[in-house]
Amino acid sequence: MPRILETRRLTPVTKYFRIDAPLIAAAARPGQFVMLRVREGGERIPITIADYDRTAGTLTIVVQEVGATTKRVCALEAGDEILDVVGPLGSHIDIPPGGHVCGIGGGFGSAALLCLMRELSARGDRTTAILGARTKELLILADELKPLCHDVEVCTDDGSAGFKGFVTQRLAQLIAGDGPGRPDHVVAIGPMAMMRAVAETTREPKVKTLVSMDPLMVDGTGMCGGCRVTVGGKARFACVDGPCFDAHEVDFDVAMRRNKQYVREEKQALDRLACMAARQAH
Amino acid sequence: MPVKRAEKTPMPMRDAHERAHDFQEVNRGYTVHHAVFEAERCLRCQEPVCIDGCPVQIPIPEFIHAIAAGDMAGAAKILRSANPLPAICGRVCPQESQCEAECSLNKHFDPVAIGHLERYVADWERTQPPAAMAKPTRPEKIAVIGAGPSGLVCAGELARLGYPVTIYEALHAPGGVLRYGIPEFRLPKSVLDWEIGLLKTMGVQIVCNVVIGRTLTLDELFDKHGYSAVFVGTGAGLPQFLGIPGESLNGVMSANEFLTRVNLMRGYEFPEADTPVRVGKRVAVIGAGNTAMDAVRTSLRMGAEEAMIVYRRSEKEMGARIEEYHHALEEGVKFHWLTNPLEVVGDAEGWATGLKCQQMKLGPKDASGRARPIPVEGSEFELPVDNVVLAIGTTPNPLLTRTTSGLLTNQKGCLVADEQTGLTSRSLVFAGGDAVTGAATVILAAGAGKRAARAMHEALAARVT
Repeated sequence: MPRILETRRLTPVTKYFRIDAPLIAAAARPGQFVMLRVREGGERIPITIADYDRTAGTLTIVVQEVGATTKRVCALEAGDEILDVVGPLGSHIDIPPGGHVCGIGGGFGSAALLCLMRELSARGDRTTAILGARTKELLILADELKPLCHDVEVCTDDGSAGFKGFVTQRLAQLIAGDGPGRPDHVVAIGPMAMMRAVAETTREPKVKTLVSMDPLMVDGTGMCGGCRVTVGGKARFACVDGPCFDAHEVDFDVAMRRNKQYVREEKQALDRLACMAARQAH
Repeated sequence: MPVKRAEKTPMPMRDAHERAHDFQEVNRGYTVHHAVFEAERCLRCQEPVCIDGCPVQIPIPEFIHAIAAGDMAGAAKILRSANPLPAICGRVCPQESQCEAECSLNKHFDPVAIGHLERYVADWERTQPPAAMAKPTRPEKIAVIGAGPSGLVCAGELARLGYPVTIYEALHAPGGVLRYGIPEFRLPKSVLDWEIGLLKTMGVQIVCNVVIGRTLTLDELFDKHGYSAVFVGTGAGLPQFLGIPGESLNGVMSANEFLTRVNLMRGYEFPEADTPVRVGKRVAVIGAGNTAMDAVRTSLRMGAEEAMIVYRRSEKEMGARIEEYHHALEEGVKFHWLTNPLEVVGDAEGWATGLKCQQMKLGPKDASGRARPIPVEGSEFELPVDNVVLAIGTTPNPLLTRTTSGLLTNQKGCLVADEQTGLTSRSLVFAGGDAVTGAATVILAAGAGKRAARAMHEALAARVT
């Protein structure tokens, strides 16, 4: 079982994990994901690969607590083992070299920019990261990203750090020529609403944009089709054809609606976990 | 001397009303009295044609004679020499179209219940103390990709031949479709675990959570990990969709998703197990193969009040085993024959509420040799449903072939492999099971795995000399 080597709380709801997983580290590419399971009878959840170190044989992921399983993951500490980790899964991000690539990270989505920006910068692309959060305390990994890209732009809704406003507002300024200038490619990773807003921002100025879709998944290897996303009017499997798709072709309405299929059960599982924790505390 | 009966000794089974709401096995299995009584019905033909009907060529009369003589250990030995998964095949093989179809008794009577007897012997074996661990005797390491039926059988056969074998499995538990597809009430996981445990005592290693084509490439297995030959048994796990409007509505899923949530992820234990599966009052399963029967019977057990099969052809063209069909009927499954789904309709929140269908009639034969269903004009109607489960077939998963050079596939995405040996377009890479044939049966996959193991043995022996 893969052992956790290091953990760090990034915000009250996000946690950074470095895991001993040499096979995955050797094969991983930006944009791919792993599936995790933390206990017998546990569910399989997809987590985007944040970074990897092939020499050290380690894999980095950042997990946000949203449901019962992610809460269980975030309760793990260095030295603990993760029951199942499989990957790297999905197709990696494929951008033609030589352009200016703007990576946009919303909330914990910033984590996945680590390996992407490193790889693109290393091959000579111009790289900009735009990181967004509601407020300064929720911003993550800005310092880690600074050495990996040419520019890091920070946006907060309340203006507590960097640009006051949404990532899309700052992106529109860049497209208009401000700061590092108009990107040739945009990659947006984060909450669905943010990715949709990015898609709308880049649609009219025709900036090629990829979004990293995060649908419900069961196996993550192409077997169940539960992760199907409507792209260009066709059903595509996020786990093998994606998870990154052309933002201007994705039907976000369908994607957001499909992600709510198990809201009731997710809440039930969360309540149950809270109940168990309370009982243990007594 | 007991009188030979015209009919098969019936399989004792649980009451339909009781079993339709839980996941315990439907068939209870023969007692020793049933087994000996049934074994005595065998005619001991001079030329046992039943063997020709068996994809793994089990010496059927021999093991049946051993049962009749009360020599269960002997029967088990004979059975296992030909089939490494008898407890599974005795439960899930379509015997009526294989061994039992060939049985000489068929001319006037019921055939010998070969499947029930196979199961009896294997279950007897499960009560015996486990065999000692075997150690490999040959130097060449062999990798098997996929721990489904073909991979398990291939690995078992190779271990018997003395090779150190490692199976790489993508999921967190071995078994492939036996784990994620076939439900507990038809194949208890304890039976699967026991068969896999036996393979382990034979020296087979199983490594889960490794996706060949992603975690490791096929070339790395040879170049970095020192394997001398590879067997590809990656199955046909990619679900097909109809492409009709409304398929992305909430409540519409593939049978693979539905069954995986329930079987592999133990969705029936939610919230004790973490993976939910939401089943509404009315569930329509599209298709009429074994997977469709598994899905529709599972939906009953998950609490559906009405579970129905929607199939565009008629009862005659149905692909399911006859036993599964009868069990489904007994449990109260409804069948809409000659009914073609046109569209899934939904409510304002995007949940499925109905299945728009069209009545069909049978026309002349089509390419599959079955009567072609033709739409009856003006016959459209809507079935109110909460869930639509698509069980219309699966195709091979392209993950491995996409990431491996020189591994040829046909138009359907199936691996090109020699029918007898399983050799693919790459030297020392063999393949078998659904990855080659497209979705078929457990026993055909087992047969292919067994033939490939022998071919690998020959290929490696030829290479050394």
